[in-house]
Amino acid sequence: MATANIEVSETPLVLYTLRRADDALILGHRLSEWCGHAPMLEEDMALSNIALDLIGQARELYGYAAKAEGRDNDEDKLAYLRDVRQYRNLLLVEQPNGDFAQTLVRQFFYSAFADIYWRAMMASRDTTLAAIAAKSEKESAYHLRHASEWLIRLGDGTDESHARAQAAIDHLWAFTGEMFAVDDGERALIHAGIAVDPGPLRGRWLQTLSDVAHEATLILPQNDWMQQGGRAGRHSEHLGHLLSELQSMQRTFPGLTW
Amino acid sequence: MVTVLDRDNELRQRAWDAAASVVDPEIPVLTIADLGVLRDVAVAGDHVEVAITPTYSGCPAMNMIALEIELALERAGFHRPKVRTVLSPAWTTDWMSEEGRQKLRAYGIAPPQASSSRRALFGAQAVACPQCGSENTELLSEFGSTSCKALWRCKSCREPFDYFKCH
Repeated sequence: MATANIEVSETPLVLYTLRRADDALILGHRLSEWCGHAPMLEEDMALSNIALDLIGQARELYGYAAKAEGRDNDEDKLAYLRDVRQYRNLLLVEQPNGDFAQTLVRQFFYSAFADIYWRAMMASRDTTLAAIAAKSEKESAYHLRHASEWLIRLGDGTDESHARAQAAIDHLWAFTGEMFAVDDGERALIHAGIAVDPGPLRGRWLQTLSDVAHEATLILPQNDWMQQGGRAGRHSEHLGHLLSELQSMQRTFPGLTW
Repeated sequence: MVTVLDRDNELRQRAWDAAASVVDPEIPVLTIADLGVLRDVAVAGDHVEVAITPTYSGCPAMNMIALEIELALERAGFHRPKVRTVLSPAWTTDWMSEEGRQKLRAYGIAPPQASSSRRALFGAQAVACPQCGSENTELLSEFGSTSCKALWRCKSCREPFDYFKCH
C-alpha cells in the first residue's frame, strides 16, 4: 500500500453517516461488477443504474460525514483511504454476487429495508440527512420493485431458478439481523431525533418479505441466529478483496484526479 | 438608491438568463430552467452565486452542468462565479415546466406524469407514446439509457421510446 490510511474522528454523527454511506458504496460497487455480465441487456442497464443511484447516495453521505467531522477529509478520502477495519457497512452488502439469484436476494433484503428506512429518515431533525433521505427513498422504491419482480419470477419459475432463489435466501438470512441492531452512540442520536430507530421497522420489513416470498412460492427461514460485526469494522473475508479493487488506483497513484 | 437597485436587478436578470441557458448534456432540448434544477441566482457586487438542486443522486450530468454554468456566467462577464448545490427541498419531476414537458415530447421522450406521489410510483401507469399519442403502451425495462429514463414500447405504432421517470 503506497498511501497511508486516513484517521477519522468518529463522533456519533460521523459514524452514523459513515455506516449509511458505506452500505451504499459497497452494495453499489458489488452491483457494478455485473456491468457487461448480466443475463440480458435490460438487466445489465438496470443493475448498473441501481449501482449509480447507490454510489450517488454514498457521495452525498460521505460529503456530509466529512463536513460533520470538520477535518480535512473529503468524500474521496473516506472512500479510497480507509482500510477494511475502518469500514462500517453491513456484512450483507459485501457478500459476493454469487449467481443471479444471490445478487437479487441480497438486493431484495437491502432494498426492502432501505425503502422504509429512508422514508423514516425524512423526519430527521438533521436537515441534511432528511434531504438526502428524501431523494434516496424515491430511488429505493424503484430498486425494491425491481428486486421483488425478479424474486417472484425466479421463485415461481423453473425448478432450477426456484432452488437457487431458495438457497440464496437460506444463505443470506443470517446477515439481515444487523440491519436492526443499534449501539449506544446511535441510541443517543435516536433520542435526539436525528437517527432512525430501526427496531420498530422490522415488522414492516418482514411483512414486505413475506408478501413477496408468498407470491414467489419461497420460504423465509425461521431461525433467528444472526451474524454481526460489520458496523464495528469486523468484516467477512470478502470486503478486503473488494476494497483492493475499488481503491487500487488511489493507492497506486496517490491523489490521482481525472 | 433606486438606480442601484435597478442595476442589481438588471445584473441578477442577466446572470439568471446566462445560467438558465445551460442545457442538460444528456437531453439537450431541456435547459436547467425547464428541468427545475436552477433554484436561485444571487448577485452581490461583481460576485454571483448560483444554487442548483441535483436530480438523481448518481446523475453524472450534474458535474457537467455545474461546469457549464460557470462557463456561461464567465462568458456573460461575471468573474469567478460560484455554483452551490442545495439538497433541500429535494428535486421532483413536478418542478419540470410545462414548456419543458412539451419539448421532451417533441424530442421523442414521454414526459413524467404530473404527480410524484408513491401511488404514481406503484399505481397503474398510463404513459402515452410520444410518437403517435396512443396509450396502448407497455413497459420494457424500468431502467433505461440514463438514470432518469425507463424503456417503453408502443403497441399501436410499434415504436420503442424513452419515458422520463416520475420522481
